[in-house]
Amino acid sequence: MSISRLTRMLLLAFLATTLANQVLAAGESVRITVGSKSFTESVILGDMLSQLAQSTGIEASHQQQLGGTRVLWNALLSGEIDAYPEYTGTLMKETLVKENLQTEAQLKQSLAAHGLRMSRPLGFNNSYAIGMKEALAARLKLRKISDLRYHPELVLGFGNEFMDRADGWPGLQQRYQLPHQNVRGLDHDLAYRGVESGTLHVTDLYVTDAEITYYNLHTLEDDLDYFPAYNAVILYRADLEQRAPEAVTLFKRLAGRIDAQAMRELNARVKLNGEAEAVVAASFLEENLALDIDLQVKTAWQRFWQHTREHLVLVGISLSAAILVAIPLGIVAARYAHAGQIVLGIAGIIQTIPSLALFVFLIPLLGIGGPPAVVALFLYSLLPIIRNTHAGIRDISPAIVESAQALGLPSRARLRIVELPLATGAILAGIKTSAVINVGTATLAALIGAGGYGQPILTGIRLDDTGLVLQGAVPAAVLALLVQGVFELVERRLSP
Amino acid sequence: MLILSCVSKRYNDTIVLAPTDLHVPAGETTVLIGPSGCGKSTLLRLIVGLIQPNTGNITLGGTKLEPANLLNMRQRMGYVIQEGGLFPHLAVRDNVTVMARYLRRDADWIAHRLADLAQLVRLPMNLMSRFPAELSGGQCQRVSLMRALMLDPELLLLDEPLGALDPMIRYELQQELKSIFAKLGKTVVMVTHDIAEAAFFGHTLVLMREGRIVQTGPFKALARTPAESFVTRFINAQRGPMEHLAKVLQ
Repeated sequence: MSISRLTRMLLLAFLATTLANQVLAAGESVRITVGSKSFTESVILGDMLSQLAQSTGIEASHQQQLGGTRVLWNALLSGEIDAYPEYTGTLMKETLVKENLQTEAQLKQSLAAHGLRMSRPLGFNNSYAIGMKEALAARLKLRKISDLRYHPELVLGFGNEFMDRADGWPGLQQRYQLPHQNVRGLDHDLAYRGVESGTLHVTDLYVTDAEITYYNLHTLEDDLDYFPAYNAVILYRADLEQRAPEAVTLFKRLAGRIDAQAMRELNARVKLNGEAEAVVAASFLEENLALDIDLQVKTAWQRFWQHTREHLVLVGISLSAAILVAIPLGIVAARYAHAGQIVLGIAGIIQTIPSLALFVFLIPLLGIGGPPAVVALFLYSLLPIIRNTHAGIRDISPAIVESAQALGLPSRARLRIVELPLATGAILAGIKTSAVINVGTATLAALIGAGGYGQPILTGIRLDDTGLVLQGAVPAAVLALLVQGVFELVERRLSP
Repeated sequence: MLILSCVSKRYNDTIVLAPTDLHVPAGETTVLIGPSGCGKSTLLRLIVGLIQPNTGNITLGGTKLEPANLLNMRQRMGYVIQEGGLFPHLAVRDNVTVMARYLRRDADWIAHRLADLAQLVRLPMNLMSRFPAELSGGQCQRVSLMRALMLDPELLLLDEPLGALDPMIRYELQQELKSIFAKLGKTVVMVTHDIAEAAFFGHTLVLMREGRIVQTGPFKALARTPAESFVTRFINAQRGPMEHLAKVLQ
């Protein structure tokens, strides 16, 4: 029967992808993982850390541009990553704000209680600042942040983190009594482009951002001393001192080596000159720590294949599992009206959870990387398949169902011989919808370190590099079309 | 043969079939007739077990119909509905033999049976590989009858089998069905609302109204000794146009 052939095919696909994943995950010896936030400075520092660890002979990987401080902090606590670059202000005013820490000594103590260590400051204070185009500031005679109070007509746009953080916009608005209603949250790097184009007037800056001089931005004076010091430090797990003592020693050598000017230049080399972060990081280490960094820069093709493989594994496993689970659920839903309402209701609710939120919810349970991404994609793929299986079976005319009953066919045989074959078209359409959603949503998995085509998209957004964005977006779109085509072929072969 | 005693069916507070007794004699054709909603199709669906009675028993050849033996009992019945109820994704051959194949009957036996039945209902063998959508309404009903007869059931149940056919095909099939029933000597229960069709097929007519049986007997008995005035009204309602026709033709 055609439907059992389909099930067998899907089962095979599922096993194959699971196996592939196991092979990919194999060869895991003692290694350390470094994380970084999704802005250039953090990625450069993350590359430095992984290169330092590698120079001691340890296998080190770098989970680039994870989606936000909370993701990194949780990943560090759970041991998913071993170290990442952080800022003291962020720790005191955001991550550990409830502990009301006043000094760096207190901060160190609190971190120790979490099983974490902090290096001495690297040498620069990458504070937040509030900035706007120099010409506009001059025209409106704005010098200080408190001057903004008299210009409620200005459009403010802040990086997403800044919008929500305790030490971000909510506190700033309160401290300065700012009247602005028109405030938008957007990606930090996109905010610069908004300011340049004039759609935004005021944004948050990181003082080491290379764009400040590039875009001729004026930094408003923090006249009420709102922003704390954001001294860059390296945050790492205490157990790293036993597992990789040499790497920790090298990490510590970075302390005091990077001043604000040096950091701004490193940022500029990546963002304005288009050099790779790894190259910039390596040259800094070679010049300043006299280390010989063996850089293995992947070619564009190697990166493409890696992203393709990652994407296919994410989609393959999550979709196969979803098919295996959702079709039986759809059948149950069609058979038992009551259970059906519950199943469809739950699947519908899952679908309404924003994808990024779902990814982040799963991190405490499954860590970062592939597993939470696969689970999230699996959950998203359920609804269309369940709903179409349910509808496909329910839409069969009662005359046909009753004829099958009257012949004396038992329930399972009716399902196999009559109902599933007649619902095949609807089920395949559901799978097709799920597959296309899955391929698209999987691009967000890069935010939690699962790689895939989302990786070049993220980097492209960060670096304002449309070409790089397209390197992720075009293959993702092609893959979606391909998947759709494959299912259309299957559909044609299975339909009578 | 088929005995219903005190069988009733209601949905919530709506009684669709009052407690009913009925005896269907073997080898005869019994026709359930009555206006729409009188409970005649309900009665048939109760017999084939598509719905369960609230009270009463149904026995077929001495065996009581129960949920536990339902699947086996259904194999002893053949069921034909108005639109045929053929499986659209299966060829005619597979529609007819689906249950026999499920029961793993011998392939040669199946092939022979298929050929015999095709001959019986006068369908050419080259039609066997077509799909239901490629058949005419009359052909569909012939296939449906083949499917119902495949396992040589004791009881044949037909729910308005000719209701959707145009008059000429309907007339042709009426003649053929009657001769098939006579040839096979099957016990038949048929539902129709057409009094002429009922009189043509039925050894016994069961006239129903509002969920209960009004009168049981041959057509002549119903016409000559109606149990109540409704019987006469029901018969006359369909006699009018025919008498008009007869007058015109004279």
